[in-house]
Amino acid sequence: MFEKLFLKISITIWLTIIIVVGFVFPIVDFPQHWYEFPLIPGLEDKARNIFFHVPMAWVTVVAFVMSMVYAIQYLKKRTSEYDIRSVAAAELGMLFCVLATVTGAIWAKFNWGTFWNWDPRQTSIFILLLIYAAYFALRSAIDEEQKKATLSAVYSIIAGVTVPFFIFVMPRMMKGLHPGSKGDSEGAGPVLEFKMAPNMLVIFFASLIGFTLLYWWMYSVSVRLKRLEEKV
Amino acid sequence: MKTLLIPAYYVFFKDTVSEFRTRYAFNALLLFVVTTISITLFAFGGDTVSSHVLAGIFWIIVFFSAMSGLSRTFVSEEERGTSVTLQLLTNATSVYLGKLVFNIVLIFFLTCIIAVLYQILVKDFVVQSYGIFWLTLFLGSIGLASASTILAAIIAKANTKGTLYPVVSFPILLPLLLTLINATRLAMEGAFFKEAVTDMQVLISYPIVLITVSLLFFEIVWKE
Repeated sequence: MFEKLFLKISITIWLTIIIVVGFVFPIVDFPQHWYEFPLIPGLEDKARNIFFHVPMAWVTVVAFVMSMVYAIQYLKKRTSEYDIRSVAAAELGMLFCVLATVTGAIWAKFNWGTFWNWDPRQTSIFILLLIYAAYFALRSAIDEEQKKATLSAVYSIIAGVTVPFFIFVMPRMMKGLHPGSKGDSEGAGPVLEFKMAPNMLVIFFASLIGFTLLYWWMYSVSVRLKRLEEKV
Repeated sequence: MKTLLIPAYYVFFKDTVSEFRTRYAFNALLLFVVTTISITLFAFGGDTVSSHVLAGIFWIIVFFSAMSGLSRTFVSEEERGTSVTLQLLTNATSVYLGKLVFNIVLIFFLTCIIAVLYQILVKDFVVQSYGIFWLTLFLGSIGLASASTILAAIIAKANTKGTLYPVVSFPILLPLLLTLINATRLAMEGAFFKEAVTDMQVLISYPIVLITVSLLFFEIVWKE
């Protein structure tokens, strides 16, 4: 009980600090103090998006993988517990997927000029949204609980194996604006060398941890709620 | 191996014969193709259309006609109540392989018809590299069939079969479709085979991945 309360409060404090720091720390030409971020030409204040947008996209992927892993577990063990976990992860994945898409689109409007321009990464997050939508559509179309759990588990696995195609293959084939696309001078690939200033890097990773913990907390609440619903 | 392939051949044979007798899927598909091509022709109205758009529309026609026909293989088994008999008579993997081959043949046949009609009727659709074009059609058919066979098996167990099928298939097929559109555009622009190699690699690896996963999980879906 106290552990959960402690977790809840510490996540709140942690993320509050990150949000405040992410928005408030000044961006200057030549940073001299530990709290000043360097100015990146062309990005300016818009660079702050990296503290929020990237962790959201990261959580989306984590949730997607977790949902798939629990789907496999469900098919192995056939207990509703794993189905509950798989759905809870998928629901939160969808939420964070929408958040990442929206924050990305707003940022793109001010940095690239349009909300949407079918950059490979935008295409892939759009496909991820469609997969989640199809997953829930499939679930709602089946009445019987066990059948629903089994078929949606298989679907999420099939969707899972196609993910590498649009995360690793497509960005290399298509020209895009995100870092790591074809034509990027620093090379193509999903894993990039970090060239952020050290203080930005610290906050970026702190935010990544914060968002992951937030996801974990929301996930555990959702799982407990679903367990209770099942009992009733 | 023999216990797998011979029943698979019979499942394929059964489906082909029943298709020849009823021509249910094929007639519906053919009419669908004619309708969509004529609608696009009306919409073009003699304008010149870029190769990007034409390649996209070509695969839209193929995608939706595949979506209206390929789910039949499993939906008809469920509707006629013959799936239980089939479960008793043979093993799941053979059923999957038989249905997969049937779907590949059906969709390839369909794609060829669409390709020929499209080339005759749409005047801007001029293919310059025929090798790339037909290879794309062939690999594309296998890719479409590989994903849609297992999805059809899932959909056949759901309540709303017709509308759900394209919704569920689209995100899975999108990486394939984008590659197909790109390869078709290259074929229209007269690219050398060297330029299309990346696309072909995707077109070959996609069905391999999906057929492997389908073989692993088909039995679970089929016995549900």
